[in-house]
Amino acid sequence: MIHVKIRLFATLRENRDKETVIELSEGAAVKDILERLDISREDAAIILINGRGAKLDRILEDNDIVSIFPPLGGG
Amino acid sequence: MNKFIRIDMTSLGVKIEETPEKYAGLGGRALTSSFVADEVKPTCHALGKNNKLIFAPGLLSGTSAPNSGRISVGAKSPLTGTIKESNSGGSFSQKMARMGIKALVIEGMPANDKFYVININMNSVTIDEAPPEILGGTGNYKAIEILSAKYGEKVGIAIAGPAGEYRLPTANISFKDPEGNIRSAGRGGLGAVMGSKKIKAIVIDDTGAGQVPIADLEKFRAASKVFAQALMSHPVSGQGLATYGTDVLINILNEAGGLPSYNFTAGRIDHNDNISGETLNATITDRGGDGKVSHGCHPGCIIKCSQWYPDKEGKYITSGFEYETIWALGADSGIKDLDDIAYIDRAMDDIGVDSIEIAVAVATAMDGGLLTWGDGKAVLDAVKQIAIPTPLGRILGGGTAVVGKVCGLYRVPVVKDQGIPAYDPRPVKGIGLTYATGTMGADHTSGYCIAGNILNVGAKIDPLKKDGQIEYARAMQIGTAAVDSTGMCLFVYFGIADSPDGYQALIDMINAQYGLSLTAADVDKLGESVLKTERAFNKAAGFTNAHDRLPEFFEYEPCPPHNVVWDFTPEEIDEVYNF
Repeated sequence: MIHVKIRLFATLRENRDKETVIELSEGAAVKDILERLDISREDAAIILINGRGAKLDRILEDNDIVSIFPPLGGG
Repeated sequence: MNKFIRIDMTSLGVKIEETPEKYAGLGGRALTSSFVADEVKPTCHALGKNNKLIFAPGLLSGTSAPNSGRISVGAKSPLTGTIKESNSGGSFSQKMARMGIKALVIEGMPANDKFYVININMNSVTIDEAPPEILGGTGNYKAIEILSAKYGEKVGIAIAGPAGEYRLPTANISFKDPEGNIRSAGRGGLGAVMGSKKIKAIVIDDTGAGQVPIADLEKFRAASKVFAQALMSHPVSGQGLATYGTDVLINILNEAGGLPSYNFTAGRIDHNDNISGETLNATITDRGGDGKVSHGCHPGCIIKCSQWYPDKEGKYITSGFEYETIWALGADSGIKDLDDIAYIDRAMDDIGVDSIEIAVAVATAMDGGLLTWGDGKAVLDAVKQIAIPTPLGRILGGGTAVVGKVCGLYRVPVVKDQGIPAYDPRPVKGIGLTYATGTMGADHTSGYCIAGNILNVGAKIDPLKKDGQIEYARAMQIGTAAVDSTGMCLFVYFGIADSPDGYQALIDMINAQYGLSLTAADVDKLGESVLKTERAFNKAAGFTNAHDRLPEFFEYEPCPPHNVVWDFTPEEIDEVYNF
């Protein structure tokens, strides 16, 4: 098993913890987190693992920090 | 729109001419930059008699097109020495357009020391002596109140604050918004140009003005509807900006390791929760009172990224409380209290200074030992000294480059003497190319590569790699120059970047208004031509490719947490303008 820290932002915090550690089986990917937390793919517009952009099929490693944002912008 | 108003401050004369043929099809930045290139001597001193200041509404301003109320202001910049266009919300642009005024030009300078107010209405343009009670350190909030009482509550106002009167190169031009608060043409020191010409304020009253003529009203309405739908159906322009404001970027850039901190010595902070957009939203909601989570800076804005931030008792402190200001004071200067930052933001608006330039200068001053890291109360006091001005006020008001020199620093985040804004160019490489090559010094809004580097809007490019960044920075600068000419808020980009129909609708609105048949390729050509005009002015003013470089420290000081440096070669950087 691996442990991954999840950080959620903006509207994704509604009814969810803004930071949590979850346990996943070896070989789990980002999409498994979305499923576990009931976040749609459209709502996960920006995904960072350890501060770097990542895709849904990216395989997670123990102690990864995963930051997930809904579609957002500014400037 | 056929009136071209020229005000000669040397003779205190007014001429209202027909718009010259060559400017008839231009608006906003395309018009201001063409005019400055045509009539301003590139080597002139920006605060001398040969500089000219021009105000122009965008092509679509004054119509019912959503978000089309931006006013462009142009001149040679006293901060950078380059050509400058700075645009702002407020009601000024739409009033000018409805009155049929294509441009307002101010030239020359009076021999005496008096300040003046230009008063424009449907019957006349007059040059009045400024009321003494708005001069000599009076803040913009009070001055706008006094001018509104004198000239009418609904008039539009452009004003140079105390910093503009003192001709400091960080002085902005502030515009009255629909509620009497302040929006700003912030960057490049155009308030100092206004002050040098002894114009304290310009008041515009559109009572009696008709509607902007539209060649094909039916087509215009249809296109406007499609455009509004594109903005509203995109999650960023339709929802995200209204909910969290631009400050939502604090957490995104912090997680991405690109949030410049403690004068660009790191890309991440620990106190992000104190200053984030999520906290801003929650604070406004909890405090209630005058607080508004969402607010439009000009009539017809449907994105509503602005907000009213109240104090603990619910009383209004400031509006238009932007990410860049909160970043520079919160992350780059280490101030951990959002209320402290809000009071400093209000003071900067009131004094009439660029809230990016001053806040970056504050962080640089902290690095240089002039101020203490994180001391918000001391910063507020120092910023207020600009209105007096004390020597410290003048130093801060001189901008980041001046502060860096005064403090003997090499880590001075400027390009062409303009402070680098809220995205570190080492881990977010696309924006670094924009900072380096933009025609107006370091300016994120001149080619917002954050969209495709970080936000996954319009493109998906790895911000830590060089691949694809040159072409992207070029395309973003060209597109932005075109959008800046329409009167549109730049944030419409979020709604149309991934929506071909929305983009086409923007072009269709221009075509319907002017009876044209422009294509997307024509719009690109307009953007290219604006950039080429601006670059030619800069070249004639003495700028070369060697000025298109980031400060050297970015090349040898790695930025944690990714520990990367700026690694584009000069030859690669020069490719951005190879078109």
